[in-house]
Amino acid sequence: MFKHETIETNSALLTVLALIAMGIGGLVEIVPLHYINDTIEKVDGVRPYTPLELRGRDIYQREGCFLCHSQMIRPFRDEALRYGHYSLAAESQYDHPFQWGSKRTGPDLARVGGKYSNEWHVQHLKAPRSVVPESIMPNYPWLLENDLQYLDIGDRMRALKKVGVPYSLTKEEYDANVEKFGEEVAKMLDINRAEENLLAEAQADNFDGNPNRLTEMDALVAYLQMLGTLVDFSKYDEGYFVEFR
Amino acid sequence: MSNADNRNSKGVETTGHVWDGDLQEYNNPPPMWWTWAFYGTIVFALIYWLLYPTWPIGKDFTKGMFNNITFVNDKGEEVTTHWNMRALFLKDQQTGEQAVKQREYLDKIAKSSYAEIMQDPDKMAFVNSMAKVLFADNCGPCHGRGADGVIGLYPNLRDDDWLWGGTIEDIEQTIRKGRNGYMPSFAGVFPKEKLEAVAAYVLSLSGIEGEDKAKIEEGKHIFQGEEGGCYYCHAKDAKGMKSQGSANLADKVWTIANVPAAATYEQKLAEVEKVIVNGVNREMPAWEGRLSDTQIRLLTVYVHQLGGGK
Ligand code: HEC
Ligand code: HEC
Ligand code: HEC
Repeated sequence: MFKHETIETNSALLTVLALIAMGIGGLVEIVPLHYINDTIEKVDGVRPYTPLELRGRDIYQREGCFLCHSQMIRPFRDEALRYGHYSLAAESQYDHPFQWGSKRTGPDLARVGGKYSNEWHVQHLKAPRSVVPESIMPNYPWLLENDLQYLDIGDRMRALKKVGVPYSLTKEEYDANVEKFGEEVAKMLDINRAEENLLAEAQADNFDGNPNRLTEMDALVAYLQMLGTLVDFSKYDEGYFVEFR
Repeated sequence: MSNADNRNSKGVETTGHVWDGDLQEYNNPPPMWWTWAFYGTIVFALIYWLLYPTWPIGKDFTKGMFNNITFVNDKGEEVTTHWNMRALFLKDQQTGEQAVKQREYLDKIAKSSYAEIMQDPDKMAFVNSMAKVLFADNCGPCHGRGADGVIGLYPNLRDDDWLWGGTIEDIEQTIRKGRNGYMPSFAGVFPKEKLEAVAAYVLSLSGIEGEDKAKIEEGKHIFQGEEGGCYYCHAKDAKGMKSQGSANLADKVWTIANVPAAATYEQKLAEVEKVIVNGVNREMPAWEGRLSDTQIRLLTVYVHQLGGGK
């Protein structure tokens, strides 16, 4: 019944069958990663984003920073020399979608956290050429002008919870987080306290240099400053990460 | 569906499909080289599956054969594992030609005293080439690739003027632990005339004087007295204190106030007033932990000689 001609002359059927064929290819490559034991390295310190960092990440995506910046340091000598330890799968386990990327018009940002001061980031995002004269990165002056919209932060966290990020709503989930991440982090992951946590973090660290306003810059810089800082590599034998491949 | 209408085929078979009544497609065999290349890819895949990690099986996967990698872990034990990028990378770090060459020098730098490094042209050549790249990757975005800095934002490291001290130990400490340059804001503390007077005094220390000498004298009293208290941090001679990172105000070198760019005396005054009113708060990040000890040593020597170090 399925003659070649029948398929070629029936575009709907061709589309469906092509999708199935490609789907099989995709599934064979992707599904095993979810149940192979050592895809994600067992390391301490990796946690989901705090509410403020999460908003920063959203802005990072909105502005298309990923079009020029990857967040994936590969295990090559030149990359290690320039960017630091190669990225672990564990470090992006709570990323939806991940930001690995492959386009590097600008440098990789996987470990940019702590490299520069908050002031540098603010100045650089506002006007990159004022600090790096040869830069081709665009200016993002509105980040300092726009107030940060944060009233929907709870919904954003709930959405990520649906795809498996351990933000907590109930007492049991909260307790499980205390067990897994410790109390301080668990509090940050509590959706019921999301707004309060977001405001407190912005107030305490004052990322954009202006304590009187909560801007998109606060969130973006909070996000940039934590990138790649969660795992303390000095605690691990280099051979340890090899076991997971 | 017929081959009947096969007028121009000169004997070549068609695929048997007919579109629009008479549109057909020849079924020529692909060229031999193409066919063999195709079989070649199949053979390649079979060999690849044998040698490299490929197929998932349950919670595990095939690891590949005849292709193991041996590296040394931090405890000094030899570890042999199936082929993978991380092991390959580690092995390359340990035994790769370039890495070994570089490590030879890195070890020398780590083991020598600063004085020994600076006396040895061979070591200095290595410092200069390696630290230059490190500087461009890590420090350049703030201090500028050539370390010239930006007045008001990031200090110039080429001049022989140091906020936190220019000895090799001071510089290492700066890079290792970071620094926070802080001067409080004096907004609302002085009325307009007094502000102008202090600024006039500060300028006069660098040999820039206006008409009004009395004003400079008044500024000096404020600076040196309790009213301004500037001397707490900048010292009585206004040459700054290394422990505070307070700028030397008496050396014609400006790190915050953009006096050199201001054309007139009034504009120069305004630049200095701006610093007094706004205060300063700028941070040099700490590099310990981010850069290795040896990398910090390389940068220390590099920065020290850039600024004709002390
Ligand atoms: C058109 C491409 C482009 C886009 C889009 C872009 N950047 Fe960049 N970025 C660059 C280039 C080129 C550099 C290197 C020069 C420099 O430091 O400005 C850079 C540098 C950086 C650095 C410094 C990295 C380092 O280690 O020195 C950060 C941080 C950064 N960008 C963040 C961002 C963020 C956040 C966004 C989105 C708001 C963004 N970039 C969008 C091109 C881009
Ligand atoms: C985020 C921007 C930033 C980066 C990156 C940075 N610095 Fe700095 N650095 C500063 C600032 C700001 C100061 C001035 C601190 C102050 O005002 O006291 C400074 C001061 C210094 C000083 C002291 C200067 C003096 O006069 O005493 C040295 C030395 C120095 N930096 C070296 C480095 C080196 C080496 C690197 C790269 C590993 C580096 N800096 C990276 C911002 C930066
Ligand atoms: C708490 C300590 C402190 C006090 C008090 C203080 N300063 Fe400063 N001042 C600093 C520091 C530190 C710097 C350098 C900041 C830096 O480089 O990041 C500085 C920088 C300056 C500069 C900029 C110099 C340049 O090279 O651009 C001027 C001008 C200045 N101070 C004037 C004054 C005057 C006038 C007063 C008194 C009204 C005063 N300061 C009081 C700590 C202080």
